[in-house]
Amino acid sequence: MSRVEFMQGNTACAEGALAAGCRFFGGYPITPSTEIAEHMARALPKRGGVFISMEDELGSIAAVIGAAWTGVRAMTATSGPGFSLMMENIGFAVMTETPCVIVNIQRGGPSTGQPTRAAQGDMLQCRFGSHGDYSTIALSPASVQEMFDLTVKAFNLADRYRVPAFVMADEIVGHMRERVTIPDAVEIVPRRKLEPGQLPFDGGEDGIPGFAQFGSGYAVHVTGLTHDERGYPDTMDAEAHDRLVRRLIGKIESARFDIADYEVENPDAETVFVTYGPPSRTVLQLLHDMPDEGIGHLRLRVVWPFPEFALSVFANAKVFLMPELNMGQMAREVQRHVDQPVIPIPKLGGDLHTPAELKQALEAYR
Amino acid sequence: MTAEEWYRADRLPHIYCAGCGNGTVINCTLAAVEELGWRREETVFISGIGCSSRAPGYILTDSLHTTHGRALAFATGVKLANPGLNVVVFTGDGDLAAIGGNHFIHACRRNVDMTVVCMNNMIYGMTGGQGSPTTPPGAFSTTTPYGSGEPAFDLAELAIAAGANYVARWTSYHVKELVKAIAAGMRTPGLSFVEVMTQCPTNYGRHNRLRRVSDMIEYLRTHALLVQKKERLVQEGKTVPDEMFTVGELVRRNRPAMGVRR
Repeated sequence: MSRVEFMQGNTACAEGALAAGCRFFGGYPITPSTEIAEHMARALPKRGGVFISMEDELGSIAAVIGAAWTGVRAMTATSGPGFSLMMENIGFAVMTETPCVIVNIQRGGPSTGQPTRAAQGDMLQCRFGSHGDYSTIALSPASVQEMFDLTVKAFNLADRYRVPAFVMADEIVGHMRERVTIPDAVEIVPRRKLEPGQLPFDGGEDGIPGFAQFGSGYAVHVTGLTHDERGYPDTMDAEAHDRLVRRLIGKIESARFDIADYEVENPDAETVFVTYGPPSRTVLQLLHDMPDEGIGHLRLRVVWPFPEFALSVFANAKVFLMPELNMGQMAREVQRHVDQPVIPIPKLGGDLHTPAELKQALEAYR
Repeated sequence: MTAEEWYRADRLPHIYCAGCGNGTVINCTLAAVEELGWRREETVFISGIGCSSRAPGYILTDSLHTTHGRALAFATGVKLANPGLNVVVFTGDGDLAAIGGNHFIHACRRNVDMTVVCMNNMIYGMTGGQGSPTTPPGAFSTTTPYGSGEPAFDLAELAIAAGANYVARWTSYHVKELVKAIAAGMRTPGLSFVEVMTQCPTNYGRHNRLRRVSDMIEYLRTHALLVQKKERLVQEGKTVPDEMFTVGELVRRNRPAMGVRR
């Protein structure tokens, strides 16, 4: 028996984390993400979990990574400025292949910007924000139900691929209230365990090493330095660095067909909207108001690794239109993969595009 | 010597310079671990960045070599998520008191049950000898070529003010006292902070007329003032020389602690 509730997006995110078995939350209050921390502060102690309000966001993500190495599912939630502060340790989580979930309830930036207004301005930061080359996984919920579902999915992807996984939500979906169906149990994909005789950072065939949690007797050395398959620093060997970085990227990019999650509407259309997160809802409204098989819609639930193959579903596409709550961040990525023009439809300030605005764009470019 | 069983033999040779005090501190810490009878699979060594922070890489337990300044925040996550683990943090003056200062005071305030051993060599050693928050006024470094013009932090006093349950300071000369202090810290629930004044002949001594290792150790020995002796001087109304630092057990108390094994 599942239960149906009317709740806020941030609450649904926290409920998703709890359902996925999250038992450690380290955070720092920041609008518009704070309700997630508040919900976890109430819920975790009752479930034998740990909630801690750290001294800053650098400490939050650090504590989450530390907790993850004891074997628990661990997460943090933040927004723009806090997300910026987490960047160095996000790179550490990538380098040490620490599974954890980072929720970013995006708000208007740069800097302090608009604390109470929505934006999708961190979509490239979550992919490229820490120094060095790497790949990560990022999900983008468009409803309160997806705040629950994609948070669960983020934990599974983080454990499956041994990476930090991002839930790149925003103030709209974080503060919106909708009906949510909460199942009694969700699918849990466990971390693959390190087997005796295996090396702790040997990726094997799919590039994903087995995990040996602290206390399990493997004496694993975990370092952000370039390391060999034993985990030992090996910083001067060009070949060792090349091998490690290519594996960290390859284990994600080679799995992008498996990780991909998207919806296709009207695949024969010549004019195609590409969306993720709340702007998807405006396109759905538009297609509802004026059904037209000539208008296609690709809605991404997984944004990174980018599923470029989803674009080729639209074989007749002449133009891609991209309403985003930023100046065209993901439009750059889409344009990289197609020959047709990709038209960004930026919207800044915190409001969603109106159906009329998208209709106007449609008339101008189709 | 069971301490030998705690070293990662396949990681040798280590990166420390000839005459470095860090090996002494690692040795004393493992001697304390041995005294307590901790098991390797229940012990985690955690560190940040710097010479001190390379120490966990030479110890055969689970070990987490993290980012600059953040070791205590990582350690807080490890210890709270699994209080059954014994957590020891190795850090240095730059890692702990400069970039990690905020985590330092908050870890002491929370009084998380762990032992923090700070190798204070009064310099950023790994990057080649720049002035740190504990470089004494007037001391020379590559970034204080005319002598440091800043006051220095007293890390032990900072830990006491912030709430740590156990605070001691010794030097790399006082090895027996140091082993006892680290062991006492490990036995004390809550955060134990043991500051070890240690020599960096390569990057500190060289710029400060203490080029020989023995000169640096002699400097530490002669500038260490036992806390009981200091208190007597104060009682007698005598002046305590500015260039001296107190050593000994400075605090042992029982404030509420977090992450204590049940």
